[in-house]
Amino acid sequence: MYDNAWPYPLEYDREEIINADVLVLGGGVAGCMAAIAAARAGQKVLLVEKGATKRSGAGGSGCDHWESAATNPCSKVTPEELTQAMLHDNDGFNNGISHYIECREGYDRLLDIEKMGGKIRDTEDEFVGADFRDDETKLMFAYDYENKFTLRIWGTTFKPAMHKELRRLGVQILDRVMVTSLLTEKGAQGGRCVGATGIHTRTGKFYIFNAKSSIICMSRPARVWLFSAELPGLCEFRPTQCIGDGHAMGWRAGAEFTMMEKSVRAEFSASGRSYPPYGAGNNHNTWYAASIIDSRGKEIPYADRDGNILNDVKDRFRPAKGQKFFMKGGGIDFPKYEIEGPETLSFSKMMEEGYKLPFYADLTTLPEEERRVIWGMMVGQEGKTNVPIYRNYTKEGFDPAKHVLQCYGTGWTSASFLPQERQLFGLPGGFFNDWTLSTNIQGLYVAGDALYASDCYGHAAATGYYAGRHAAKYALSNDLLQWDRQQVDKEKVRVYAPLKNDPHSSIGWKELNMAIAKTMQNYCGEVKYDDLLKVGLVRLKEYEENIIPQTFAYNPHELVRLLEVFDILTVSQIIIEASLARKISVDALYFKRGDAIEDESSKDKLIVIKQHEGEIIKREVSVDFFGDLKENYEKYNQDYIRGDRS
Amino acid sequence: MKEMPAANPIIFDKSKCIGCNRCMEICQVDIFLPNPEKGKPPIVAYPGECWYCGCCVMECPVEGAIELQHPLMNRVHWIEKRLLIEQGNE
Repeated sequence: MYDNAWPYPLEYDREEIINADVLVLGGGVAGCMAAIAAARAGQKVLLVEKGATKRSGAGGSGCDHWESAATNPCSKVTPEELTQAMLHDNDGFNNGISHYIECREGYDRLLDIEKMGGKIRDTEDEFVGADFRDDETKLMFAYDYENKFTLRIWGTTFKPAMHKELRRLGVQILDRVMVTSLLTEKGAQGGRCVGATGIHTRTGKFYIFNAKSSIICMSRPARVWLFSAELPGLCEFRPTQCIGDGHAMGWRAGAEFTMMEKSVRAEFSASGRSYPPYGAGNNHNTWYAASIIDSRGKEIPYADRDGNILNDVKDRFRPAKGQKFFMKGGGIDFPKYEIEGPETLSFSKMMEEGYKLPFYADLTTLPEEERRVIWGMMVGQEGKTNVPIYRNYTKEGFDPAKHVLQCYGTGWTSASFLPQERQLFGLPGGFFNDWTLSTNIQGLYVAGDALYASDCYGHAAATGYYAGRHAAKYALSNDLLQWDRQQVDKEKVRVYAPLKNDPHSSIGWKELNMAIAKTMQNYCGEVKYDDLLKVGLVRLKEYEENIIPQTFAYNPHELVRLLEVFDILTVSQIIIEASLARKISVDALYFKRGDAIEDESSKDKLIVIKQHEGEIIKREVSVDFFGDLKENYEKYNQDYIRGDRS
Repeated sequence: MKEMPAANPIIFDKSKCIGCNRCMEICQVDIFLPNPEKGKPPIVAYPGECWYCGCCVMECPVEGAIELQHPLMNRVHWIEKRLLIEQGNE
């Protein structure tokens, strides 16, 4: 317990106004790349980040592989092929626009990051001659070594390099400020975005940001169903403070969302269940394609999609006979036959055949360079692995040539979760976007994790840069509009209200988050029923109206944690509203109805929802609303294409 | 009255830490507060909020001055393969 006086000056109610052309909200991977693009387009850019931009965001500590770099010189697949595969794999419930941007521009961003000082190739020749390395370009690949579209990268170097570039370009970086709301023209919901408000996480000072265009680069929501009051930092996969503030303020401002009814049974990092990501035995992502053995040392075979046993380790990196390419990684959980890659036999099969639990990941028998690239590069460069896994395990004596690492749970998830313990994971819902990555709110753009069906690092970087370009274009042709005093004053009352309560009879952020999580588990669990969802909504409304006025925070840090939980409450409402709007079960959305009606008309439709003055407004859009990928991309990006060529 | 936290994610070696506060400034969750005594390690004010990313250790200019450790429940098991096979055959 910290019992000293608060060490920072308290500046509650004090205002600072900052103007810019382009306002970037969030300093993770997407935010940094958005700010870089807008600054390069000659705009005055302000980037606001709740943590510390140099290492903030889900990808701040690192990243070991970059997916879908279809335009790299060694790739044998096209951006169109890859995006179509991603769409097909999810029965169309995927973001064709953002993933096409990822496939088409991802490699451009890698080259950019390399110029900034990030390491994207084996310049030290540590892996010369390895099957996964192209000796001419020194690029290194993961998964499918024949088609070479996923790159292994030294991602611990990336965020500091971006941070340096931001400073070089003169971007104004404001760290330790939580963005709390969007400002709209005349304060009207759904009106043009004219900026945002923020609160300093250490001093409590209030900020008013006024800009011609703004870009939401904040995280997907978290801690909606999962919460531990003792270890809130270990509740979810994303960083503690990344809980979906952007979604909440977007909803309040009248932005449209889609796929928010999608949630999956938790996979990663819930307190008390999951073991450290990439730190327990498994054979996915970072650890592909480790061997898995049972507790007698017997190896569990890999098989191709047709069930043919693969005896040679090299076959784990090749497509099956007759298959053009296979896909693995962030958004691929249960792949369709077309893209299904090599995999160890299923857990149930292993049990049938008498394999003995627990299982272990075994690198000892892999070819030396495969062992070295998993343990030392992938584990080491991937987020949250450099210190807590690679350095610590090594210090404690783990030797990948000698030791085997225990698996927990029944597969790569490193844990077993209950059906009602849910997460927004595996291409979750988010802001609805058009071909410029604009939202329905004029002047408001969106990138990275805030987009619907987002996934990983390359997606964040590519969409960030793209949104930055288009927001810059908007700023060039639109004037700076005045913000609305009344809207700001209302927001100030909202954010400071908890400071005025009595701590002895009030409710803190943890108590409220715990109550929301339990409510969501109970009323919006794995199987949805209209009756339960409606009661859940009533409970959340009660929290909003009766409990929020009873909350308290001791200092600016706690106040920010509490404002985050208010946002979690808003996000929970969006999820229930979206669930109510979807009347039938949809496998691709992991959306199960216990009371489905017999009307299949919305089967291939995205349900797009927003709220206006308390009313929910919904519309249905065909999942492939974005039209021809290449044609539309080229229609909206001629300047980029020309610049790219010159 | 004091209470043990559910986890102690950060351990400082007071003899090595120079009190530069770089760990505190890099932490995106902001779990540290500056020590009232200048030159001393920051205070881990919010240990439960630690995300275990390790950036504080990566940023530290003095080897061994700060360490990150997973809570006991998250420490995983490994074994020499030779021993596993020997045990399995017993």
